[in-house]
Amino acid sequence: MRRDIYQAIADPTRRAIIALIALQAMTPNAIAEHFNTSRQAISKHLQVLTECHLLSQEQKGREIFYTLKVEKMKEIDQWLEQFRKVWESRFEQLDDLLSTLKSKKNEK
Amino acid sequence: MKSNLAFDFRVNKEDNTILIIREFTADLALVWDAYTKPELLDQWWAPKPWKARTKAMEFKEGGFWHYAMVGPEGEEHWGYAEFVKIVLHKLYTGTDCFADADANINRDLPQSKWEVTFTGKSEEVTLVEYAIKYPDLAQLEATIEMGFKEGMTMALEGLDDLLATIKK
Repeated sequence: MRRDIYQAIADPTRRAIIALIALQAMTPNAIAEHFNTSRQAISKHLQVLTECHLLSQEQKGREIFYTLKVEKMKEIDQWLEQFRKVWESRFEQLDDLLSTLKSKKNEK
Repeated sequence: MKSNLAFDFRVNKEDNTILIIREFTADLALVWDAYTKPELLDQWWAPKPWKARTKAMEFKEGGFWHYAMVGPEGEEHWGYAEFVKIVLHKLYTGTDCFADADANINRDLPQSKWEVTFTGKSEEVTLVEYAIKYPDLAQLEATIEMGFKEGMTMALEGLDDLLATIKK
């Protein structure tokens, strides 16, 4: 199954995990304490986020800390920015068309 | 002055909606025509250098717009929109689907729902709000993969050219 950033944020629990670890590096146990779901469910979400290349892991002593790769999150914004520009471009063309139609109307 | 026209692009990642608001310097009836008549839509819908080409359109409730986005190399990406609700000079709603040249709709691919609302601000200014709702952001991404990516990159170049022309 293909993993990408959109899949990462498709799930509300994963969005919440992202918001949590965006603030500070956390262990899986510390993350799980914020949710009512089982540790297994959280560790499954962490696995998905890792496969989406959104998390980096750091070993400190016997514990693993997860941090968010912020630059990866920017991919969505970049895509949306492109989408926005398409609409801008479209609207510029519509402006031109409308002004052509208006001048034709006035000629009549 | 184009730069004075309102343009707003809002994304709500929580409920997967995009709201695009734009003002046009034309009366409501004219803007409505530009959005709902195929011969006019074909002239602005595709970002340059792509062209929109309508194969068939029935602008009525339960009707459809079957069109192709044609690239500079002649490549075609087919689009199929279904109209659900239409209130003349006020709003229309519908669904975007992926289809082929024969209008066979692929129900497995993402479908976005949209609502377009028209408001006459004055005799000369019309506001259009375009709300698009995607089932999830992954489907939004699939939209690019269906071929708009190339079109968009080129649209950016087209926009640059256009801006350069305006500045001269």
